[in-house]
Amino acid sequence: MEELIRKVYPVAQADYVSAGHASADIKRTLKQLGVGGDVLRRVAVASYEVELNLVIHSLGGDLTLRVLPDSVELISADRGPGIADISMAMREGFSTANDEARSLGFGAGMGLPNMKRNADRFDIQSTLGVGTTITMGFQLPAG
Amino acid sequence: MTVKELAAAIRARNLTPEVDDGKTITCAYTCDLLSWVMSHGEEGMAWVTVQTHLNVIAVAVLADMACVVLPESIDMEAESLKKATDEGMCVLSSPMTAYEICAVLASAAIPAHAQA
Repeated sequence: MEELIRKVYPVAQADYVSAGHASADIKRTLKQLGVGGDVLRRVAVASYEVELNLVIHSLGGDLTLRVLPDSVELISADRGPGIADISMAMREGFSTANDEARSLGFGAGMGLPNMKRNADRFDIQSTLGVGTTITMGFQLPAG
Repeated sequence: MTVKELAAAIRARNLTPEVDDGKTITCAYTCDLLSWVMSHGEEGMAWVTVQTHLNVIAVAVLADMACVVLPESIDMEAESLKKATDEGMCVLSSPMTAYEICAVLASAAIPAHAQA
């Protein structure tokens, strides 16, 4: 399907100061396209969660926004370290966040379940030592 | 209840005087775990928290909240207030405890969740 917009945001490991910049730009971009209401809020929450996951858990990676005629797609691809047990990581309350993340109020183990709840489509693939790719799709209302 | 009316009711200082305080509060919440708030944040929410770093504003803005409320006269870092002002997010600081602020919100019939 024809891609209307593609934006790639590099996200650095442990960069808590810039965390949220990519999500804010994604929200702004979608707003300018006329996306609003429930879909905009769900994309905003999911994009922030996945951006924070890159900051807290990854060695760095890219968050990509794709806007298609009937949907919005977010793709997070990092450079490792990979998730040992995805089913554990998907459980609410399970977290491997470090003390720095926890001191800022993160690491409650809500990130991945929250992404899944907010997205219409959610897929996670991970290989230890290689990296993790999360793909989320959000259906746009017709018209 | 508007943000301005809440500020008066909880004797709060508005730390973001340039931001519109006429927004309507539709629901309220208190929690200091940002990742928890991300999964429970709602549009129009008044969020009571002791956290003051930049990510607080990011969470409030992304969830389209009405305002952030700091209890016990807590101040917010200038960097966070600048971001709040840039993003149009009101930040109040009240001498009351989080419990007292929530009691005021409850007595004003502000629900935990916005009405569908």
